[in-house]
Amino acid sequence: MSPHDTIRRHTISILVDNEPGVLARVIGLFSGRGYNIESLTVAEVNEAETLSRITIVTSGTPMIVEQIKAQLDRLVPVHRVKDLTLDGPFIEREMALVKVAGTGEKRVEALRIADIFKARVLDATISSFVFEITGSGEDLNRFIDLMRQLGLVDISRTGAVAMSRGPAGL
Amino acid sequence: MSTGTKLTGADIVLKALRDQGVDTIFGYPGGAVLPIYDALFQQNDIRHILVRHEQAAVHAAEGYARSTGKVGVVLVTSGPGATNAVTGLVDALMDNIPIVCLSGQVPTHLIGNDAFQECDTTGITRPATKHNYLVKDVNNLARTLHEAFYVAKHGRPGPVVVDIPKDVQFATGTYRSPGESQPKSYRPQVKPDLNRVEEAVELIASAKRPIFYVGGGVINAGPVASQLLTQFVRMTGYPCTTTLMGLGAFPASDPQWLGMLGMHGTYEANLAMHGCDVMITIGARFDDRVTGKLSAFSPGSKKIHVDIDPSNINKNVQVDIPIVGDAAYVLEDMIRIWKARAKRADQAALKLWWDQIAVWRARDCLRYEKTDQVIKPQYALERLRAALKGRDDVFISTEVGQHQMWAAQFLPFDKPNRWLTSGGLGTMGYGLPAAIGAQIGNPGALCIDVAGEASIQMNIQEMSTALQYRLPVKVFILNNQWMGMVRQWQELLHGSRYSNSYSEALPDFVKLADAFGGVGLRASRVSEVDDVIREMIETPRAVIVDMCVDPKENCFPMIPGGKAHNEILLGPADQPAQATPEEGMVLV
Ligand SMILES: Cc1cc2nc3c(=O)[nH]c(=O)nc-3n(C[C@H](O)[C@H](O)[C@H](O)COP(=O)(O)OP(=O)(O)OC[C@H]3O[C@@H](n4cnc5c(N)ncnc54)[C@H](O)[C@@H]3O)c2cc1C
Ligand SMILES: Cc1ncc(C[n+]2csc(CCOP(=O)(O)OP(=O)(O)O)c2C)c(N)n1
Repeated sequence: MSPHDTIRRHTISILVDNEPGVLARVIGLFSGRGYNIESLTVAEVNEAETLSRITIVTSGTPMIVEQIKAQLDRLVPVHRVKDLTLDGPFIEREMALVKVAGTGEKRVEALRIADIFKARVLDATISSFVFEITGSGEDLNRFIDLMRQLGLVDISRTGAVAMSRGPAGL
Repeated sequence: MSTGTKLTGADIVLKALRDQGVDTIFGYPGGAVLPIYDALFQQNDIRHILVRHEQAAVHAAEGYARSTGKVGVVLVTSGPGATNAVTGLVDALMDNIPIVCLSGQVPTHLIGNDAFQECDTTGITRPATKHNYLVKDVNNLARTLHEAFYVAKHGRPGPVVVDIPKDVQFATGTYRSPGESQPKSYRPQVKPDLNRVEEAVELIASAKRPIFYVGGGVINAGPVASQLLTQFVRMTGYPCTTTLMGLGAFPASDPQWLGMLGMHGTYEANLAMHGCDVMITIGARFDDRVTGKLSAFSPGSKKIHVDIDPSNINKNVQVDIPIVGDAAYVLEDMIRIWKARAKRADQAALKLWWDQIAVWRARDCLRYEKTDQVIKPQYALERLRAALKGRDDVFISTEVGQHQMWAAQFLPFDKPNRWLTSGGLGTMGYGLPAAIGAQIGNPGALCIDVAGEASIQMNIQEMSTALQYRLPVKVFILNNQWMGMVRQWQELLHGSRYSNSYSEALPDFVKLADAFGGVGLRASRVSEVDDVIREMIETPRAVIVDMCVDPKENCFPMIPGGKAHNEILLGPADQPAQATPEEGMVLV
């Protein structure tokens, strides 16, 4: 397989006008052209100028990822598109809320593992916990896998948020 | 009027159109746009052309836009008015035609309620347009309309929808002039990176077997781009081929032109593309009808690609020197650098290359069997060509099918903006409304729709529009009694099982012309062809010509789907070397 065919995961930051339909445009682009979305997060980041930041995790060959970025850049409400994966070191975080129910030894074990993963307890009852965990997607996966054996009831996960390292902004 | 004038939404629409230099719009009324129609009624600056179907309104606006270089403007009502326009919008999107389509919408407080004639117009047209807007506040209306024009014509042109709820049309708000309204984020790059252009010029000068591969983008860049292209191609002495959309960007009468390339392009153009060492691509998008089998596409060449839209670069074909910019700016820079560096083509190599091309040309790939037993469609077009010779005021539109390809092969275009065809979407029914739009934009010109008997029935109702506005458009039907293009594929790929491709129960086109109040003419013998063509041209009214042509003729050359340029079939005697592989069969 040549490097041209290698499929790689990319984290892309997009700055957009926070206007109705903008998310539909971005998602429609991915579904309409058959691109893959692993995760997507969006929230307003600049209230004064009504700008939102979208973080998309996608994957594809270099040619496809180049297409994805050019297609995104072409959308009228898009201000900036940045491929964090290609543009130098960056930080990426996800968050999950994880509910575990159980008593006795399993309950103690769940709390101990949460401690190791630096997960916080947001809610506790006699028979359950809700943990908040933040970390890389892999950290979250490992934590959730362990909780499965300890009475996992519910998971709610965000997609990735990400940012380049160093002083420069988007 | 200065900033801050208070007007109703409907008046804002008309004032914004006027300030954008619009004098003609194509549309169809309905409940949700009545305030705008009322405002139209009370003024004389903007002419409204009433079509008979909203799809045709968009195609007419496309014909108007492509033939004049202006933005085409459409006005339709909510619900069915907007959904009828969708085919036209996608057509304009694929072929890069600048259109602003205004649609009425149910009042804002009813949006989402399944109100009468409500549809989610912005939702439906999102993938059908370059951009779209729903205007909920009358104070944003003027700015949005100006932005719509900006987006439609800048960068890679395309259709833009502005959806205007009826209450917004009635409400009073502030007008803003065009200068005060620029989009915040949309700024396409038009000037190229000069380093890249210099690199390209060096590569062009070093070529031994070069070819210019030119597309519709040169026409989008305006007539000056075609002039610059012609100048540059002549300076180099290199061969030039154009796509279906690029016809007219380089003069067909120039000996350096190899004809159209692609599926139904000439033998010499396709083999030159296959064998070239440097490909200079300007405003073309490596469409699958042009490249054929991608893995075998021009395998030995270095490729330069000039395009205003970065998303069209490296989309289908990986290129060596990408240049993002407007074709006119890039060509200007190329010419300047070529001159400044006193570049000259490698004459010895170029001579060998032209000798090779002469061998390919000698195959005379557009040759067809001459006979006086039956009118060959190619013959009818050759006679039309002869009748048009020397005229500078001819606009040709087409429907979709074999007749479209024959028109591309047999009619010569020496200037841009004279050829109106649906290339990307391939919309049957495009040609008559497009001819109407061209005629509106070019009064006094000769506007001819080269049609098939199947396609013409898709928007035949527009004859009524032509009559209403006394437009002397000509419908030149090459009537082969078949959906010829479909039949040709069935013959080639589906064992001649002609499933539903015969044009049964055809109307009598002569009587039909008459019923509309136009003139109908028929030629069924070779000896009648010239007279009918002459009469068509001389008649100062709308004409339908029923040219009864050979029902069996197929369109050659042809590169079957999934095949390479050098596997081109030249005529009925040529059989494909091997059966078309499955990947080829699935292509359209
Ligand atoms: C039945 C049928 C058969 C067909 N057979 C053929 C065939 O044999 N050969 C053929 O060529 N086509 C054929 N077509 C048409 C084909 O489908 C495509 O529409 C056509 O090839 C595209 O032409 P193009 O590459 O010039 O691009 P266009 O669609 O004209 O696009 C223009 C390109 O230029 C760029 N551009 C726009 N503005 C500018 C600017 N100002 N400066 C620089 N770049 C700009 C755009 O981004 C785009 O990449 C056929 C169509 C039908 C319906
Ligand atoms: C709206 C639409 N429907 C279907 C097609 C598929 N199609 C392409 S060519 C063709 C036949 C056209 O027949 P006709 O207009 O008689 O032209 P001919 O090929 O015979 O010259 C058809 C059905 C199309 N291009 N557009």
